[in-house]
Amino acid sequence: MGIEFFFLILAVFVVAFGIGVVLLNRRKSVGQPGPGRPTPPPARLPESETLVAEPEVDSGVAPVVEELPAVEEEPPAGTFRERLAKARSTFAGAIAGVLGRSAITDESFEDLEEALLRADVGVAIADELLSELRVKVANKEITEPSDLLDALQAEMTARLVGSDRSLNFEPFEPGNPNVWMFVGVNGVGKTTTIGKLAKQQVDSGRSVLLAAGDTFRAAAAEQLAAWAERSDVDVVRGADGADPSSVIFDGVEKAAANKIELVMADTAGRLHTKSNLMDELGKVRRVADKGAGTVTETLLVIDATTGQNGLTQAREFGEVTNVTGVVLTKLDGSAKGGIVFAIETELGIPVKLVGIGETIGDLIDFDPEEFVSALFER
Amino acid sequence: MFDNLSNRLEGIITKVRGKGRLTESDVDEVMKEIRTALLEADVNLTVVRSICNRIREHALGATRSKALDPGQQVVKAVNDELTRALGGETLAIKYASKPPTVVLMAGLQGSGKTTNSAKLAAWFKAQGRNPMMIGADLQRPAAVEQLRTLGRQIDVPVFSEPQDPILTATKGLEEAKRLGRDVVIVDTAGRLSIDTEMMEQVRLISGAVNPDYTFLVIDAMTGQDAVQTAEAFHNTLKIDGVIMSKMDGDARGGAALSVKEVIGRPIAFASTGEKLDEFEQFHPDRMASRILGMGDMLTLIEQAEKAFTEDQAEAAATKLMEGQFTLDDFLEQMQALKKMGSLGGLMSMMPGMPKELKNAKIDDNDLKPIEAIITSMTTQERTFPTIIQGTRRARIAAGSGTTVADVNRLVKQFGEMQKMMKKMGMAGKPGKGKGGKGAKGAKGGKGAKGAKGGQKMPKGLPLGFDPAASGFQIPGLPGTPGMPGMPGLPR
Repeated sequence: MGIEFFFLILAVFVVAFGIGVVLLNRRKSVGQPGPGRPTPPPARLPESETLVAEPEVDSGVAPVVEELPAVEEEPPAGTFRERLAKARSTFAGAIAGVLGRSAITDESFEDLEEALLRADVGVAIADELLSELRVKVANKEITEPSDLLDALQAEMTARLVGSDRSLNFEPFEPGNPNVWMFVGVNGVGKTTTIGKLAKQQVDSGRSVLLAAGDTFRAAAAEQLAAWAERSDVDVVRGADGADPSSVIFDGVEKAAANKIELVMADTAGRLHTKSNLMDELGKVRRVADKGAGTVTETLLVIDATTGQNGLTQAREFGEVTNVTGVVLTKLDGSAKGGIVFAIETELGIPVKLVGIGETIGDLIDFDPEEFVSALFER
Repeated sequence: MFDNLSNRLEGIITKVRGKGRLTESDVDEVMKEIRTALLEADVNLTVVRSICNRIREHALGATRSKALDPGQQVVKAVNDELTRALGGETLAIKYASKPPTVVLMAGLQGSGKTTNSAKLAAWFKAQGRNPMMIGADLQRPAAVEQLRTLGRQIDVPVFSEPQDPILTATKGLEEAKRLGRDVVIVDTAGRLSIDTEMMEQVRLISGAVNPDYTFLVIDAMTGQDAVQTAEAFHNTLKIDGVIMSKMDGDARGGAALSVKEVIGRPIAFASTGEKLDEFEQFHPDRMASRILGMGDMLTLIEQAEKAFTEDQAEAAATKLMEGQFTLDDFLEQMQALKKMGSLGGLMSMMPGMPKELKNAKIDDNDLKPIEAIITSMTTQERTFPTIIQGTRRARIAAGSGTTVADVNRLVKQFGEMQKMMKKMGMAGKPGKGKGGKGAKGAKGGKGAKGAKGGQKMPKGLPLGFDPAASGFQIPGLPGTPGMPGMPGLPR
């Protein structure tokens, strides 16, 4: 007791009152779009203009994705699965447990639940997957332990197959570049992903320009410039703290003037809870479309070690920027990336690329069947 | 941070809190929900099991002993268990007897080592130390450049050489000794725990600088993997503490909960925002209370103490309780409050806040219209808002770029709030304290001298404010009932 109490009462009062008024005003202003409310409009309402609404060009879409480009630096050895396998012991314990019993028991399901949860699949999806299996076991459709594993594997694969995972590139007229935007929270590897992908795109014959839209993090532009040098492409950058929209706009204009086909736009990492930064990102996305270029991909970069928060990230970024695909980075290591099941199932955003190592060749296409079967490696 | 976990647990706890008796099946049901809540918060499965087992033991004990209010006992069991899992006491930094104190930063790529190196340096600086940073991340392009830029921002020197990280670390340490810096922070490259070559490198760096503290930086959004990462680094480096980065997001922070449990080392610091001073020591007990929705009053008070002077606060609180708080005072306090941090952040620390308030995304810019309205009033109007009618209203609305309705609402709410606070003030038992201290008028003669100077007020027990009488309780005490009153708030 003592002086703290003064502080407390004051703080509680002032904050509570202030927020009360703000909320009330906000509610009122939603109800009646009256004049004079200076609150910035929630920049995420309309937004559905461009991307999805142009399937007519689809016939011309070159299946863009690199067939594991022969980058001289790193001869990519083996299949997707082989390269993931080194880190896959996730399901090993559960598989041994299930196969070690002569019949399917409650423990078998507990083992599988544990494996799914440890892979960050999440409680909800794990429950869904297993309850379907329980029904089949109850109906005697599945009786052998090994069939149980196969059924789970099939179910997980079925959840992922069928999406279009190619990177969308439209063969526009020269002077109308494709713009690929990269968004995500801090530290997921946006800049690195752009660096690797730029090199791959250049090697597959496209002309590329990088736009250093991360004007916030110290030396982010230098990092991107270092990557640009490796693939010998131009990079457009602004001063530290410059308006990211204008940097990217300038990048697009420069690409248009130089007849460059593809602009890859970096953005500053931001937590999806920061509404002002998310609004800024929405603006960046709109401005990127305003000039000579067209945004044909908005890729959300997610760290594969992310837990259940990944779903929230995907939802929030999706609302603001109309995300068209996910890049799952750092899938080597002991990460499992189980969150992709929730993202694909609940939000319908396909995973397009995965990062499985440090070298340029380690950014590869996502293959759902291989991804799931790698989890089940016995 | 931890908000979602808080919400889940709060819901569960509200259910049991009121119950006079708990049956075993009640306990089972509660445990199932707690398990799901923890798992959704990315708490490691192994840790979930051990936490749940212990809570269950306590809860069943309470049920069998037919103790009074077993619901309360469950709450206590959860609180104790979370506090224990989060690490008990705050890590106290002991400086090396022979300076410099060396701190090594390690972690996965993108966990935030470089940013947190600078934040930690700024923290040491605020403690009166002279830190220096060594950029030993020669892997990521421009990592050293990033560290140098941050170093310039906080005015802390950075040493780095482009050849070899181990050599850089050694030379940097020499340089620090030569310059007489008493804390050295070594930033290293991000690495995967399974990358044996890189793990060997960081082990050699550690051997070269012989750190007093090795901190592992972990992203608060990490999933089940956090534990394996922490274990692997701990095996290689002997971790002394963990720095949780990106705690300002809505990640449920289960990683934080798990790591201490598994490697037995505390969470030392938490990074709570993008600015370099948004970084604080981690207090497990406070965090446990916050997770349970009991607020984090200690942190709140500490931040308030930074923002207000004692006299200011006392004077304003007195007026508040006496119903003499004017809009001018409010404006002044609001501005002081902004120094404490973002409104959303403050909200999360307050006990018993209604969920609607907590979940609302509050942008500090939303307050601007309020400020505009108040600053568009005359001194007289701010002191006696009741006189604001007809043309005054229109004038204020025009002057602040808002609408008449906005002005009305503010005035009306303020009136209600004033009434309520007055009631709370009256409810207290005056005269307990020793002497009176004159209520001071607002400073700077803003005309808010409405406070009749010289009014007596007890000091020992401030404001004669009796928490029990007003229904306002300190968090952590049983049955925190929520904010007092709060009339006129949107439901």
